[in-house]
Amino acid sequence: MKPIYGIILMALTTYIIRVSPFVLFRKKIESPFIQSFLFYIPYAILTAMTIPDIFYSTHFVPAAVAGTLVALLLGWFEKSLITVSMSAVAIAYIVITLFN
Amino acid sequence: MQNMTSNEFVTPTYMNGLKAGFPIALGYLVVSFTFGMTACLNGFTLYEAVFMSMTNVTSAGQFAGMNLLISGTKYVELLLTVSIINIRYLLMSTALSQKISRTMPLYQKFILAFGVTDETFTVASVEVETITFPYFMGLVTLPYLGWSGGTFFGSLMDTFLNPDMQHAAAIALYCMFIALVLPPMKHHKNIRHVVFATMLIRLTMLLLPVVNQLSSGYAIILSACIGAFYGAYLEHKTSTEVNA
Repeated sequence: MKPIYGIILMALTTYIIRVSPFVLFRKKIESPFIQSFLFYIPYAILTAMTIPDIFYSTHFVPAAVAGTLVALLLGWFEKSLITVSMSAVAIAYIVITLFN
Repeated sequence: MQNMTSNEFVTPTYMNGLKAGFPIALGYLVVSFTFGMTACLNGFTLYEAVFMSMTNVTSAGQFAGMNLLISGTKYVELLLTVSIINIRYLLMSTALSQKISRTMPLYQKFILAFGVTDETFTVASVEVETITFPYFMGLVTLPYLGWSGGTFFGSLMDTFLNPDMQHAAAIALYCMFIALVLPPMKHHKNIRHVVFATMLIRLTMLLLPVVNQLSSGYAIILSACIGAFYGAYLEHKTSTEVNA
């Protein structure tokens, strides 16, 4: 198989999965249970994607822990996404260069 | 209403989307750089790698698809693998379809759907109350450029950032998630319950035999579904109680 055909097949498959709910669910979903499930799902996915993967993200656990603590502190004080993530990257980089 | 919710939601404009997209783009740059490099080391051309990133815009699916294509796969296997890995977008698009402005024309939905990724989905669902077309396009702009551009540069050269910088930058995406989830956790009791429950389930799944054989993609989806289901259950049990 030529890679290009495979790539096109992958792209079509992925797009159909992404677009079909927008076409199928033209009306608002009525069920309050499903509504609240859909309300909570992003927070749950964010959490499940972050824990425990964040600790392995930098290839040096102490750097990741330092970055995580900074992010938790700044996040708690509701700083912007850029501030939180860039501060954590800076701290992680410092810890890597100093201790690894 | 606008003032009351200003702590939790931003106005859905193109510029606000663009700003929120910046940390996502940074995280993508590192991952797609790795993707581009790996793809080219495995015999893909620069054009094929960049074309795949520009048309697929999904990390796990692309890495898996690349592996299959290298080992000479059949179309059916490729289709099945990519479908299973990306089935989570079905859930995400369903959630987004409930949050987009009700007047959005169908052609805009067709364009918007193309930009649904784990990260754009989560940011859009948490940051704004109603998702407008300009906001989502702003949100997608930099990540799309980061994803395609990272693939391009990764394909071009072996080292771009020094390895320490690459490693440090890899935490950006996760810290952005923390920044997204903490403020609503402070203000909303059930979100706290959902977050802690999901964390507990995710970690328990790593310790249990058999279950810990699940790929991390499935483990994430499964623990998130249970966590959100728990949240919905709590809300129904206490449906008379109004959350702050």
